[in-house]
Amino acid sequence: MGGSLAKPVLLILAMYAFLKFVVPNLPGSAPLPSSLIFLYLMLTTTGIVVFKTLSRESKDAFFAPILNFLTGENIGAMSAARYGFLILFPLLVGWQTYGSTATSDAPPAENRTIHPAPPGEYTGLSNPVSKTPENIMQGKGFYAAFCSPCHGGKFDGKGPAARGFNPPPANFSDPTTIAMLQESYLFWRIKKGGVGLPIEGMPWKSAMPRWEVELPDEWIWKIIMGEYDGAHQSPRTWE
Amino acid sequence: MMQRPGIIERLIRFITESPAAVAAFVATLGVLAAPVVGLAADSGGASAVAYRDVPGIGSRNLVWIVAQLHLLLAGFVLGVPIFAWLCEIVGWKSGEKRYDKLAKEFTKLLSSAYSTTALFGGILLFILIGAYPKLMAYLSDIFFPSFMVYCALFLLETATLYMYWYGWDAMSEGRSKVFHLVLGFLLNVFAFFIMIIPNSWATFQASPVVIAEGSDMARAWAATWNPTWWPVNIHRLIANVVLGGYICGAYAGIRYLSARTPEEREHYDWMGYVGNFIGVFGLLPLPFAGYWLMREIYQYNQQMGITLMGGFLSWLFILQAMLIGVLFIGSNYYFWMGITHRIPGSELRYRKPILAMLIILLLCLGVWMTPHSLVASLEEARKMGGTHHPLLGVFGVMSAKMTVSNLMILVTFMSFIMYWRAGKEDTATWAKLANAVMGAVLIIAGIVVVVLGVWGYFVPAIVRINYFSTSQVLLVIFVMVTITPLTALLLKSAKTTTEMVWGKMPPRAGYSLVLNAIMVILLMTLMGYARSSSRVHWHVYGVMRDSSQYAFSPALGYAAALMAANTFMFCLIVAFIFWVATMGDKAKHTHGGNEKSGEGHGALPAMAGGSQTLDKQI
Repeated sequence: MGGSLAKPVLLILAMYAFLKFVVPNLPGSAPLPSSLIFLYLMLTTTGIVVFKTLSRESKDAFFAPILNFLTGENIGAMSAARYGFLILFPLLVGWQTYGSTATSDAPPAENRTIHPAPPGEYTGLSNPVSKTPENIMQGKGFYAAFCSPCHGGKFDGKGPAARGFNPPPANFSDPTTIAMLQESYLFWRIKKGGVGLPIEGMPWKSAMPRWEVELPDEWIWKIIMGEYDGAHQSPRTWE
Repeated sequence: MMQRPGIIERLIRFITESPAAVAAFVATLGVLAAPVVGLAADSGGASAVAYRDVPGIGSRNLVWIVAQLHLLLAGFVLGVPIFAWLCEIVGWKSGEKRYDKLAKEFTKLLSSAYSTTALFGGILLFILIGAYPKLMAYLSDIFFPSFMVYCALFLLETATLYMYWYGWDAMSEGRSKVFHLVLGFLLNVFAFFIMIIPNSWATFQASPVVIAEGSDMARAWAATWNPTWWPVNIHRLIANVVLGGYICGAYAGIRYLSARTPEEREHYDWMGYVGNFIGVFGLLPLPFAGYWLMREIYQYNQQMGITLMGGFLSWLFILQAMLIGVLFIGSNYYFWMGITHRIPGSELRYRKPILAMLIILLLCLGVWMTPHSLVASLEEARKMGGTHHPLLGVFGVMSAKMTVSNLMILVTFMSFIMYWRAGKEDTATWAKLANAVMGAVLIIAGIVVVVLGVWGYFVPAIVRINYFSTSQVLLVIFVMVTITPLTALLLKSAKTTTEMVWGKMPPRAGYSLVLNAIMVILLMTLMGYARSSSRVHWHVYGVMRDSSQYAFSPALGYAAALMAANTFMFCLIVAFIFWVATMGDKAKHTHGGNEKSGEGHGALPAMAGGSQTLDKQI
């Protein structure tokens, strides 16, 4: 294999090893899904092809070993590898095709909508409860009683019951969850729970109770204030 | 021996050579049809039919296809006059005929596409009246005054284009040239208003403002000035320039690939460069305009905002990131290839900076393409603790996306600056200081953009949106307005060390121009679908419900297939139009041999780093 090709191949392998074995072991990390690894490897490959084909010399140097392997004469022992490749490549494509189309007992990939749009009647609502320290404290109290078993006393989604759920309860201290949403969105999700999710939210995968059965609206608004305050986040506003 | 052209060929030639006549015919049809629309509105309850279906394909799909093709053609037709006119001004002011020739070639493509655009507009109108009579009656009731204005503008635009195109040679010198430039200006003014009036109809459907009282004019005006009208106007205006630039680039790319003489290769290489430059020029502010539009939509209605950015349409934005990513890579690739092929011996000198820019670009793309909710199997999701990755999940929100899009814009801008400076040596005494200032501005701006992006996670959303994101945009603009004039001043006294050679680009440069154009078309079909689908089951959001059999959002795969089909059909139409438009050139070459224009095909545009010495030689 020519030197020009060895470096890119090594780079792709190194990138794969980094994504597969290094990133998951970083503090607070987890294994990456194959879709993301594929995406990053495609970007790496694109970068290599772009850089190697900028000039005629680098392009020729990059493709020469490939062309030589596939079409060159007098390649000695590589000849067997060429025939092996010509047999294995269609088999690989066939295997991939079979694997992606054959029926399987594995559950399908998850692509549920995490934040479905709320019904129109909830979109214009604003919190009617005044933001006083007393109300916030009261909201935190309600939160501790009704929400913390799942969402955690530290608002991090790690309550004692959290491990029983998949997907896990939302982590409010993560700046990519409630900080992205308006208070009215939380009001809708708390009030209507998982069963109130619209069709576009399917597959419904939320164990969130329908709290309107148990809690008055005022308590829900106070809980929302307590959540934001406790998680050190602010709701999305336009003013 | 030449045969007499057949009736079809003569018809095609008539349409090509008299686009304005055909457009005027369609415009007249539109004017005549307007009262029909008005009558439909007057009929009110008399018309019991709310919908009519089209067998086989379905009325919604037919409207989707025809509207998309019309919009793409319109985008091209409204975008091209802007830079054709600017090219003409550059040619007039600098006295370099090649700019005038280029402007004329752009306008030739424009005039060919104009009549087809009008034809598709007419077809769309008839299909809408037939398939959605109730909706059209409602819209006519509100917008009838603007229908009239639109028809009048269309006639003015047609007449202006007629004079602009056919009067090009007759008005090429002296005061008549000034008049010709005024015509070009008017063409753009009419085109702008022709764009924003239909925008008001479409944006009204998404963000309606309905007033119960007042005159017809007052109701029409209130409906027109709806919350998303101006954001869409600005976004579409810039997008049209991008579309026009890249399509002209693709045209040049194809002509370059099929060129038979060195002169042709030089000319189309240069034209491809200009097309790519125009596309990139428009591409740089486009994300800002898009961000503003989405902000307005979100603020207008939380439901619509979440449907687009967090709901079922959010996957479209991942596709959008991929398409824009290919576009950024394609545009930069073309710049970089220009450096390595047009400036002999420069490859080694610029290899490292190019590699650095490529790595930054890829890292940014990696962040931009990372979704908030990942596609994962049940097993993978369990290992991650949900579909959010605990570490990389932070890349999935706007703070990260906005940061990397700003960095990508900076990288692309610097690619252009590098291209501009390639083959030159600074001679100014203050060059060192200027380079240090430019380097410092660039590095500091890049760091501040990243810092603001990270900080954005720790402040309320409104602070991030109103202050941090805006500051990031302003910083990038500051870099551009600082580095561009400084570079221009430096290059004024710079010594040319290596002359730029045109016509030496490899075939893949032509293919990358075509790829860029396809990416832009796909992007416009994708975002057209997103904008339209965000209304979900409403014809007019919150006002008039869609009660047809098609009152559902198609699955994303189905929509993607239709977008791809629309892109393919548009490419076919454009290829046909360009083929017809260049028929005359081929005939001229056949009859008169290869005409040498003598207008300096090989001359170098100032913005391309061309030397004045070579310009003079040519």
